[in-house]
Amino acid sequence: MSDRIIKTVDAPSGLEGQGFFAGKLDDFVGLARANSLWPLPFATSCCGIEFMATAGSHYDISRFGSERMSFSARQADILMVMGTIAKKMAPVLKQVYLQMAEPRWVLSVGACACSGGIFDTYSVLQGIDRIIPVDVYVPGCPPRPEQILDGFMQIQEIAKSEQRRRRESDEYKALLGSYGIE
Amino acid sequence: MAEIALVSNPYVGLVKTQKNKKYVNDLTTLNLCPTHPATHGIFQNILTMDGETIIDAEQTIGYIHRAFEKIAERRPFYQLTTLTDRMNYCSSPINNMGWHLTVEKLLGIEVPKRAQYIRVIMMELARIADHLICNSILAVDTGALTGFLYVMQWREHIYEIYEEMCGARLTTNMGRFGGMERDLSKEAIRKINILLDDFPKGLLEFESLVKRNRIFMDRTQNVGVISTERALNYGFTGPNLRATGVDYDVRAMNPYSSYEDFEFEVPVGTKGDTYDRFLVRGEEMWQSLSIIKQALQNLPEGAFHADAPHYYLPEKQQVYGNMEALIYHFKIIMGEIDAPVGEVYQSVEGGNGELGFYLVSDGGRTPYRLKYRRPSFIYYQAFPEMIVGTTLSDAIVTLSSLNVIAGELDA
Amino acid sequence: MSNEQIAQDLVAQFGEERIYGITENYGLLNVTTTTETIVPLMHYLYQHPTFKFQFLTDLAGIHFPQMPSHEFGVIYHLHSLENNVRLIVKLYVPREDIAVPTLTGLYACANWMEREAFDFYGITFTGHPKMERILNMEDMDYHPMRKEYPLEDATREDKIDALFGR
Repeated sequence: MSDRIIKTVDAPSGLEGQGFFAGKLDDFVGLARANSLWPLPFATSCCGIEFMATAGSHYDISRFGSERMSFSARQADILMVMGTIAKKMAPVLKQVYLQMAEPRWVLSVGACACSGGIFDTYSVLQGIDRIIPVDVYVPGCPPRPEQILDGFMQIQEIAKSEQRRRRESDEYKALLGSYGIE
Repeated sequence: MAEIALVSNPYVGLVKTQKNKKYVNDLTTLNLCPTHPATHGIFQNILTMDGETIIDAEQTIGYIHRAFEKIAERRPFYQLTTLTDRMNYCSSPINNMGWHLTVEKLLGIEVPKRAQYIRVIMMELARIADHLICNSILAVDTGALTGFLYVMQWREHIYEIYEEMCGARLTTNMGRFGGMERDLSKEAIRKINILLDDFPKGLLEFESLVKRNRIFMDRTQNVGVISTERALNYGFTGPNLRATGVDYDVRAMNPYSSYEDFEFEVPVGTKGDTYDRFLVRGEEMWQSLSIIKQALQNLPEGAFHADAPHYYLPEKQQVYGNMEALIYHFKIIMGEIDAPVGEVYQSVEGGNGELGFYLVSDGGRTPYRLKYRRPSFIYYQAFPEMIVGTTLSDAIVTLSSLNVIAGELDA
Repeated sequence: MSNEQIAQDLVAQFGEERIYGITENYGLLNVTTTTETIVPLMHYLYQHPTFKFQFLTDLAGIHFPQMPSHEFGVIYHLHSLENNVRLIVKLYVPREDIAVPTLTGLYACANWMEREAFDFYGITFTGHPKMERILNMEDMDYHPMRKEYPLEDATREDKIDALFGR
């Protein structure tokens, strides 16, 4: 037990004393958000199987805080879109995104979700950023679990360093407005 | 509310009585919609329910329609292998090999024995991977999460063997017309031997958790029953048909790629319920292990690809040094070699049943028409008939046991 | 039960005008028939005491724009599980009269297969319980697998066709 290296999350910068720790609220909120993201696995096709491998014990996404896969959009933090989104499915995806509560992040996994992938056809939506705003894109067909975890860690960086009032800012509202989301 | 089609339904009389009693408002419409966690893949079921009992079901599919057949008319033959991976993505090598067999039949290429044995090994590994997912997800739907986590470990071992063979984990694009792209390396043989030694213990562990478990048996016996006549009428093939008692297996009936050299049994069920489908898939995994062992022991020496310079890319060393190889390389990649005119139908035993490829070629570099006979599309039609009169939880378990894969359903 | 026997039996039963185009492709017998004969032919093959073609493996549509009288085709793949023999039956209709009788009375699996052929080619099957699109969106107004339509979506703006060689 003594020679095992156990990594813990770095504490944010602040003033430490006997029995107290003082720092910025944004840092603590970011720390809490980043290390407990509950994903909504919107798995449609092959990338969904790689997600199942990521959630398995070999690659284990739950050590990043995603122990509980929330299939209910209201209780999820991050929408992981994995797989091809056809035009028939696009309204369903948009509805699921609208049901999520702020703060929410979107991770687009796989070439099909990022840009349509190898399916440049009449029935496939050429990238989910046509309909919802995306935070991190993970390319690959399908991406290896390490890549999906890398994308997930980038979302963690975004969540940690995000300003608390970003979701109420005009810029964010303009971004949502450009997608037709109120 | 969507239109409801009442199809041969024992509850028709009940609805009429309820109408007379003005109880018609008590029927609920439940939308088991595309993003439900328990439907593995995106397809929609609209259920009309009376309390907990299902009276009618209607389905909408096409949520992942990617126009495979239209793409197939625009891409040269060798590029279509990547497309076939993405149909039944749990067992991609079987789809790849099926496509290669179809084109080899059209072109008249004969594949050497060693390549055929390697193909058999890869196809059986894919079958094990597919059945592992189906059985473990069936257990997850009844509440047993542990089996799934144990089983994903074994899928990682199979992925490593795929990586040795072709470089990719899931969508493999394995093999070429005329054989395989590389020989079975020593590392791959070592890994397959480790799998043959360790996997039986793992499979026994999974089965001991679930197979004779009181709760699992109560949840799955006599649930989702379909009779043999209705199954044949609906075009069932594969484990779903074998669970009703018909021993139709394409590997035994129309052997391809040297399957006639191997001794294996075709497991058959009796009642056609969910438990039988689970048992048939479990037993098929043991048979696949035995086939892999036989193939590895009797692996013949020889070339791993046919001598077909018009269709099989020459080695890179040769391309850089030899004029002929350079010309063949150019002609194959730029598509200047035309295929013969003809129509071919070839089917293989996929994880879900008979996966067929109907190829019509008009002599150009792309197919004129390529129709995939997709087993999931064909047997999913029978789902309403299997669940009418049962409860919602039975419907979920039945759906899991059918192993409907969305990529194959919609193509 | 060889392919010649089957072909001779069918021609003897239905006549040469209604069963024609008999070829053998890679070991598989192909026969072509007409829209009036298809349902009686299927019933005959189903109930035949020796042939027993009681399994419909597949149903495909096909489009030949260069042959106006035989423009749209429906191809049925039959399989006799007891004798291990396969058979392909083809049927052609012109664009003006693009209706084919349905097989849903005999084979339950023909239901969705015919809907798929309708969705892709516009071939209507008379007598089908629910002749609607199955894979594409309901409000799509053209039949995409016909040869005159392109693969790509013409309204997409993010892919520059010139760079893709189109």
